[in-house]
Amino acid sequence: MVAAAVQPGAAARPDAHIVIRDLDMAFGEFVVMRSLSFSIRRSDIFVIMGGSGCGKSTLMRTMLGLLEPARGEVLYDGVSFTLAPQEEREGMLRKMGVLFQQGALWSSLTLAENVALPLQQYTTLGSAEIAEVVGLKLALVGLKGFGDYYPAAISGGMRKRAGLARAMALDPEILFFDEPSAGLDPISSKLLDDLILELRDSLGATIILVTHELASIFAIASNGVFLDTQSRTMVATGSPREMLESCTNPNVQTFLRRGVPAGRPGASAASLARSS
Amino acid sequence: MAEPRELSFHRDERQALEVRLAGSWTKAQGLPSAAELRRAIELPAPPSRVSFDASGVLRWDSALVAVVDRLVALAREREVPVELGGLPAGVVRLVALADAVPERGGGGTPAREPGLVTRLGQGVLAAWDDAAVFVPFLGESVLAVAALLAGRARMRATDFFLAMQDCGASALGIVSLISLLVGLILAFVGAVQLQQFGATVYVADLVGIAMTREMGAMMTGIIMAGRTGASFAAQIGNMKVTEEIDALRTFGISPMEFLVLPRMAALFLMMPLLTLYADFVGMAGGMIVGVGMLDLTPEQYVMHTMNAVSMTNFMIGVVKGSVFGVLIAVAGCLRGMQCGNDSAAVGQATTSAVVTGIVLIIVTDAVFTVMCNVLGI
Repeated sequence: MVAAAVQPGAAARPDAHIVIRDLDMAFGEFVVMRSLSFSIRRSDIFVIMGGSGCGKSTLMRTMLGLLEPARGEVLYDGVSFTLAPQEEREGMLRKMGVLFQQGALWSSLTLAENVALPLQQYTTLGSAEIAEVVGLKLALVGLKGFGDYYPAAISGGMRKRAGLARAMALDPEILFFDEPSAGLDPISSKLLDDLILELRDSLGATIILVTHELASIFAIASNGVFLDTQSRTMVATGSPREMLESCTNPNVQTFLRRGVPAGRPGASAASLARSS
Repeated sequence: MAEPRELSFHRDERQALEVRLAGSWTKAQGLPSAAELRRAIELPAPPSRVSFDASGVLRWDSALVAVVDRLVALAREREVPVELGGLPAGVVRLVALADAVPERGGGGTPAREPGLVTRLGQGVLAAWDDAAVFVPFLGESVLAVAALLAGRARMRATDFFLAMQDCGASALGIVSLISLLVGLILAFVGAVQLQQFGATVYVADLVGIAMTREMGAMMTGIIMAGRTGASFAAQIGNMKVTEEIDALRTFGISPMEFLVLPRMAALFLMMPLLTLYADFVGMAGGMIVGVGMLDLTPEQYVMHTMNAVSMTNFMIGVVKGSVFGVLIAVAGCLRGMQCGNDSAAVGQATTSAVVTGIVLIIVTDAVFTVMCNVLGI
């Protein structure tokens, strides 16, 4: 995919897993983003990037049905999620997992209960089998033996990993990550990036990242969309590296180069892109 | 330690102003007044240029920066050139940093205090919006109850039992205390009036009927609105802030069924029991006054109470209690679900839950009283 100026209503690709079509998002009168059209391939690591407050999280929440779009629709596997009735939506949501910014673990439940709840709701497994699966999921995120802890008793990074274990509970086809590295130290956030790559490779899940963390963007994202605060729409799609090299939009360049003008030697993001 | 700060202004024959600073320029020393600085720049006439001599400054913090920044701003207003050379390098850089971004103009006007008419209008609109969200919420909770009765509600039994414990057994202490005192107060007030025509034994009737028909249910309702309604709003509001509600939704679990239903069911079941309990404790309070002050025997008091208080009175109180329970739960959960995304919003949600709960209780009680009057029960 080549980074290019966006054509409104860009045709959905045949291998598209998720399609966003002519999407407008608004809070009352205030339009956050308009005319978003892009598609996400299966098993892609797709990053939604843009400056703070540009509507990245709003887009994610719209894709999850937590917010309703003002116009347009979101399609999963060619089926419109936006137009689907509530029950059908719940069925589609069951194929998705979400890691929220602060983990959003249910604070009245232990980690094991957090991971177990979706399994209890949607599978016919008995309690012993559920315990087995929960143990595995917690082990996958490096939290073996922490099942009986309450979310309040563990660190922010652990909470995030537990949130990931919960997001993976139903073996989703699509995983959403809202600012995965926010509030994590560089090493933890690198480990999380590795984990995300590992998940994609082993589960074949489509991964959608909402982030403005340049290191993560260049390290793991294979495709992405850039949301521009000024023009209130998307200004580039494609792989972040290609965007860096060939996108002509100055806002994209400023963002990807951390404010350092293009062409200057030692531009930090460019060196990041080369090194990773 | 504290060397006094010195500030003096010197003008040469060409009206060039030199500001001499010396001593200790820290916040502890205070700042020269804005008027003093303005006078120095303006009187007798704006200078041709302004320069600084800070060679005598021993120590400084943001106090010095503030003074220099003010003088620079005053000079700029009058288009007087300013020379910062004589200041410590750190001050020069901080002043430059403070002036780097021009004062914001146009981008978003700060909120103005609205006028009386505007406020009234906003209040009416807000009340209308409030009613407009209350009704669908009530409808959703009815649907959730229907799902529960059909046996397909996604609710954890543990949550239900915890909520029952929280709004049942744990509330007994405060309900006992308040009901006992309400019974005592009713008996006191009644006794003073009834003594005037020697009918003190009717205190038992008064307390019995008042507690069972009105006070038992209403006082329990108000206690529970303050105690449990507030806690529901805070719990759910906090879950909203931490995105736990969103997490439920993304798993296709309805927060109505998962969070609101167990709480509503628990209060609906516990409120009638608490009301009955409050009735008896209140009557016991009345008996303390009757026996202790009015020289009635306990047997007399109990007999009078039994004759006066009919089953109908009890039933009216108990039915009210159940209805209040639902109202408190709905108010608490609704405010929690409406909560905004920060911790201040949780506080507002809690306050609002208690206010809404109490208002609903009193209004409903009035409706009940009128209805009972019309029906003659």
